[in-house]
Amino acid sequence: MDKILVGLKRVVDYNVRIRVKTDGSGVETDGVKMSINPFDEIALEEALRIRERGEASEVVVFSIGPSDAQQQLRTGLAMGADRAILVEAADAVDPLSAAKVITKLIEAESPELVILGKQAIDNDNNQTGQMVAALWDRPQATFASKVELADGKATVTREVDAGLETIEVDLPAVVTTDLRLNEPRYVKLPDIMKAKKKPLDTTPIADFGVAPDDAFEVSEYAPPPQRSKGVMVEDTAALVAALKDKGLI
Amino acid sequence: MSLDFDSARLPNRDLTEEHHAWRTQLRRFIDDEVMPHAAEWDEAGDIPAWLWTRAAALGLLRLGYPERYGGVSDGIDIWFHNIVNEELARLGVGGVAATLMVHNIGLPPVVNFASEAVRERVAPPVLAGDAHISLAITEPGGGSDVASLATTAVQDGDHFVVNGSKTYITGGMRANWFSTAVRTGGEGASGVSMLLIDADAPGVSRTELDRKQGWWASDTATIYFEDVRVPVAQLIGEREQGFKVIMNNFNSERLAMAVGMEAMARVCLEEAVEWARERKTFGKRLADHQVIRHKVAQMKQRLNATQGYLQLVSQQYEDGNVDAGDMALLKVQASETVEFCAREAMQILGGAGYIRGNRVERIYREVRVNAIGGGSEEIMRDLAARQYRF
Repeated sequence: MDKILVGLKRVVDYNVRIRVKTDGSGVETDGVKMSINPFDEIALEEALRIRERGEASEVVVFSIGPSDAQQQLRTGLAMGADRAILVEAADAVDPLSAAKVITKLIEAESPELVILGKQAIDNDNNQTGQMVAALWDRPQATFASKVELADGKATVTREVDAGLETIEVDLPAVVTTDLRLNEPRYVKLPDIMKAKKKPLDTTPIADFGVAPDDAFEVSEYAPPPQRSKGVMVEDTAALVAALKDKGLI
Repeated sequence: MSLDFDSARLPNRDLTEEHHAWRTQLRRFIDDEVMPHAAEWDEAGDIPAWLWTRAAALGLLRLGYPERYGGVSDGIDIWFHNIVNEELARLGVGGVAATLMVHNIGLPPVVNFASEAVRERVAPPVLAGDAHISLAITEPGGGSDVASLATTAVQDGDHFVVNGSKTYITGGMRANWFSTAVRTGGEGASGVSMLLIDADAPGVSRTELDRKQGWWASDTATIYFEDVRVPVAQLIGEREQGFKVIMNNFNSERLAMAVGMEAMARVCLEEAVEWARERKTFGKRLADHQVIRHKVAQMKQRLNATQGYLQLVSQQYEDGNVDAGDMALLKVQASETVEFCAREAMQILGGAGYIRGNRVERIYREVRVNAIGGGSEEIMRDLAARQYRF
C-alpha cells in the first residue's frame, strides 16, 4: 500500500477539567492544555504500525483547525508520521464541512486507507468518518478494535453494542478507531527534535471552497447540572427503604 | 487560577514547542510507568532494572550527551534538563530519580575529560541503560572538603595502585564504574586526580549503607579500595587536575538539585491546596480559614522567588557565564523553600500527611538529603561568601 491518511484534531486535553465560558459561547481554552484527540492518536499509532510492518510506505497526518494545531501535527510527526498538512481554520468547523475538506484532501493525496478517530472528545459528534466514506463513495469500518490488511482488503473487528463484529471492506476505505485498537507509543526525545525538520504544509480552509453547513448550528454551551452528594446507608435494608422512599423501586 | 503543579509554575518565555512536547511525553511515561509503583519501590528500597532500559529508549538517560555515544544533544538546552528534574521530582520519590539519573554526576567527567577509548567503552552502555556509573568523591573522613581527601593512587609502571574508601556513594551498589577522586600528588587540591575504576577490579569491595531517612529507593554504598590496580590510561583529565574536573561537575549538579527541590516544594503546595479545599473543620473548609490561606500564600511567595531565581541562573548557565556564588545560594534558596513548603503542607494535611504513602510525607523525609547532599547549606553559603570576595 502506498499511503495512509490520518486525521489529528486539536482538543482540550482529556485530563483538564472543562469549564464553560461565562457567556455560553464555548469552553475555556485560554491557558488550557491542548492535545491530540486520543482516538486520533490511536489512529496514527495504527497507521504507523501498518507502515512499520511494511504494509504501507507513507503516513500523512492532517488537521483542520487553528494555526496552533501545528503543535499537534508536530507531535504526530514526532510519533513517526512522514509529513503533515494543516488546513487552517480560525473558527470551529462543523462535521459535514470537515468531511468535505477531508474528501478534497483525499482527492489530492489518493490514500488507500484513511484512519480517523471514531469521534473527538470535544463535541463527541461521531459523524465525520461516516460522512467522509459517503462523500468519497468508499466502504467504512467504524469503531475498529482490530485492523488487518491483505489482498486489497481490510479485515476489521468492530466494537458494536452487541459485542464484536468482524467485517471485510475493500480498499480504499475509511476506518475509525475505538479505544482498544492499540496503545499509542511514547514519543522519544530524538524524534521530538527531528520532527522540527519534517515537512508541514499549511493551506487556508478558504482554498477548499467548502461552505459551512447551514443545517448545523451551535446555540449554547452549558455545564452539566451539578450532581448532588451521595448518601451512605448502613445496610441493604436501609438502601431498599431509601430507594422505595424515592419511588425508584 | 488554580494552584496545581502546572499553574503554580511562573511563565517561562524560553520554552518552545519541543520543550512542551518533551514534558508531555515524559509526564505520560512517568505517570504510566513510574508513579503507580513509586510508593512500593520506595518501601522496597529499589527500582527495577527495566526502568533504565525504558528510560534510555525514551531519551531520558541520553539527554544532553554527544550523539556519537548514543546521546541526544542536537538542539538540547538547559530547559530540557530542567524539565526532566522537575517531572521526576513531581513523583515525590527522590530515591527513584537519584538512582535512575545518577549517571548525570558520574558520566560527565568521563565524557568531558577521559580518553576517547575510555569514553567509547563507558558512555554507550551507560546511556543505553545497560551499565551504571557513580561518582565517588566523599570519604568517611570528609565530604565537601575535597582538597583533604585521603584515598591514594600510587603509580606503579602503567598502573595506579589505589587504596582508601568512599562513602555515601549514590548508586554505588549497582555501579559498574566509579569516577573516583584520588590523591596522586601532594597535599591539598593540587594533588587530586580523577580516575575511572572498574567496580569488578580485584580489590574493590562495597557495602550498602544503613537505612536512611529518605531516598529509600536509592542504593547508597561505601566503597573500599585495597591495592586496586587501575591503568594510567583511565585517568579522567590530566594528572593532578582532578579538582578542575570535580568543580566542573558541581554547577550542573546544584542546578539539577535546585530544580528538583523547587518542584518538590510545588508538589507540597499542590497537595496542601487540594486537601484544604476538601477538608472541613469548624463548619468551613480548611481553605476558608485565614491561618491556612496565609500558609498557602507564603508557600507560593517562596516558590515564586525560587522560580524567578532559577530562571535567571538557568539562563546564565545556558549562556556559560553562571556565577558559582549565585549558583550555591540558589541551592540554599531551593532547600529552604522545600523545607518550608514541606513543613507547611504537613501542617495543613495534618494526620493525613503523617500516614506513609503520600507525596508530602515522602518529600518531608527528603528535605535533609537535599539540604546536605551536593554541598550542604553551610558549605554553599561559605562558598558564596568567598566567591563574592568577602
